[in-house]
Amino acid sequence: MAYVAVTGGREAIKEAEKLLKYYRCHAEGLPIEVGQIMQQMRLAVDKIMGEGSLYDPLLAALALKQAEGDAIEASFLVRAFRSTLPRTMYSLPIDTTGMEIIRRVSATFKEIPGGQYLGPTRDYTKRLLNMELLEESDEHIRDFMDTFMTECIEHSECDELQEVPSFPRVIDLLRSEGLIAGVCSVEPERHEHDEVDDITRTAMSFPASRAVRLQSMARGETGALLAFAYSSARGYGDVHPTIGELRVGDVPVMIPHPLHAGEEICIGRVRVSEAEIVVREDGGDEGRNSGTDKEPAKFGIGYGLCFGHNEDKVIGMGILDRSMKSHGAATPAEDEEFVLYHIDGIESSGFISHFKLPHYVDFQAELQRIRSIHERDREAEPKREEVKQ
Amino acid sequence: MSAYNYAFLDENTKKEIRRKTLKAIAIPGYQVPFGSREMPIARGWGTGGLQVTLSVIGKQDILKVIDQGNDDSVNACNLRDLISSTSEVATTTDTLEATIIQTRHRIPEEKMQAHQILVFQVPMPEVLRTVEPSEQETRRMHGERDYSRLWVQLYEDIVQHGEIRISYDYPVLVNGHYICDPSPIPRFDVPKLHQAETLFLFGAGREKRIYAIPPHTDVVPLQFEDYPFTVESYDQGCEKCGCTTSYLEESFDRVDGARHYYCSDTSFCGKKQVEQGELVQMGANWHG
Repeated sequence: MAYVAVTGGREAIKEAEKLLKYYRCHAEGLPIEVGQIMQQMRLAVDKIMGEGSLYDPLLAALALKQAEGDAIEASFLVRAFRSTLPRTMYSLPIDTTGMEIIRRVSATFKEIPGGQYLGPTRDYTKRLLNMELLEESDEHIRDFMDTFMTECIEHSECDELQEVPSFPRVIDLLRSEGLIAGVCSVEPERHEHDEVDDITRTAMSFPASRAVRLQSMARGETGALLAFAYSSARGYGDVHPTIGELRVGDVPVMIPHPLHAGEEICIGRVRVSEAEIVVREDGGDEGRNSGTDKEPAKFGIGYGLCFGHNEDKVIGMGILDRSMKSHGAATPAEDEEFVLYHIDGIESSGFISHFKLPHYVDFQAELQRIRSIHERDREAEPKREEVKQ
Repeated sequence: MSAYNYAFLDENTKKEIRRKTLKAIAIPGYQVPFGSREMPIARGWGTGGLQVTLSVIGKQDILKVIDQGNDDSVNACNLRDLISSTSEVATTTDTLEATIIQTRHRIPEEKMQAHQILVFQVPMPEVLRTVEPSEQETRRMHGERDYSRLWVQLYEDIVQHGEIRISYDYPVLVNGHYICDPSPIPRFDVPKLHQAETLFLFGAGREKRIYAIPPHTDVVPLQFEDYPFTVESYDQGCEKCGCTTSYLEESFDRVDGARHYYCSDTSFCGKKQVEQGELVQMGANWHG
């Protein structure tokens, strides 16, 4: 019988799954432990939690193991798991000035209240492959940790570092001077029943509220956000961003007490990255400001926040938050439908991969049309010749 | 699967989808937005149809899943396994036995009845997307029934190519009001939607839309008086069952490369072949 490619589907799926496991396991050596991924693949785990839209480092690490390191596949596994969890309530807004910071930099001012902290960053390292890691042993790690911890203890005994400073927002310096434009970069917020829009429960509609924009970007795919933001800063757009502030750290998540009104309960801590992008706006831009008179030149703020440590993502998000408009977009990154409909990694990879599915029926229909048009053209050809003669 | 709720989705989600589905039935051809959930199969692989099926299915149902007319296609198997294991229903490949059929890009050859539901997987629910990329704008166009650009597109096809080039996703006017996308079924299947006995539900997961064509509804493909709508036709019949009235797929022999034509509805074709040897109950033709 012809065309066995699509028959025996059930068996084919089972065997394909076995092969997948074979490719993951066939090499010699110990199985990689989920705990190791969680601890040593920190940034990959953070990316999965952000794009998978579920804060659970263990499950994100498990997903990475199961997906053999494919970030989009791992986020997809997490996202699908997330669908099975009921949504019982919303947390209270998080005040990130209370963040326990591991890193904080500003590109607008050299000195800022609370100070700048480089923290764990590769920004100023030379990108040379470290061949020593090929041979890294327990002993190396122990030696390093002992020395490092001793240094830390010595530092912490210095008097001047005893107190943890607070970290007021850098952009508040500009705001106090009246240099920050209102946040009305989008349509007025539509808070029906005093509830925030929720993209996991309601399909997006346009013009999108700022909540919808930020939620979509917070779980958007890092690469997509990066590409769109880059296009806007490089040439297809008018955003010239300066990073007012970039922070990475831990924040508590609070919920209203279910019984005692007015009380709050902390249900845990999450690590987040946060960026505030300062963009110059020379006023009179009708797309942004609803005022009738031409506004004076001011700075606009673009905001980005996502789960985990992912700096490219929040900076890109901040740029796009500022670049997107509901009407009159002149470039792709300004068009909110273009950006918001195409940044979700689970949706884009799902749709692109679906082209692997059989399209025998559709293609047959295409063939019929193309052949029919061909035939018509062939029949018409001699007639045209006659006309010419 | 016992760790998950009956039919995978939680009850609130199923309730929401059923309410949106009822709204869709009440306004034939209108795309109702819904809070589409991520499913354990990829976006674009039938998550919309899957959510609709899971929200309407009950233990007494008998399920059939086809992909491009084929019960045994890998994606159909995958979806059938997921639905039947989470919702504890019996499955079948026989169109007549099924109470719910989930399909991708085909309507079965055998005519479906009033007690049956056909659930379509829809990749692109917006029929106007080819002429207008913006969702904000297409919603306005539907609201005002501003379909002029679609008509112009059809007209230009005729002027430039002598015929309307649309092969699947052929636009249809539903109940004399909204124009909608019948999903990527071939033209061949479009007339089956007109004044049918069966409820047709359309789910687009990635695009987060549900729409419906209720039974006994007028469904008219867009056409001009002098350029009437036509369907695919063949010079020959199926080489397996001999049927000359079914939709055929062209394929090539893996050894000698010869071209063959077979029914795309594999269950129908199988029954036809059996019919030639023994007694088997065949469903009616859709067009009487």
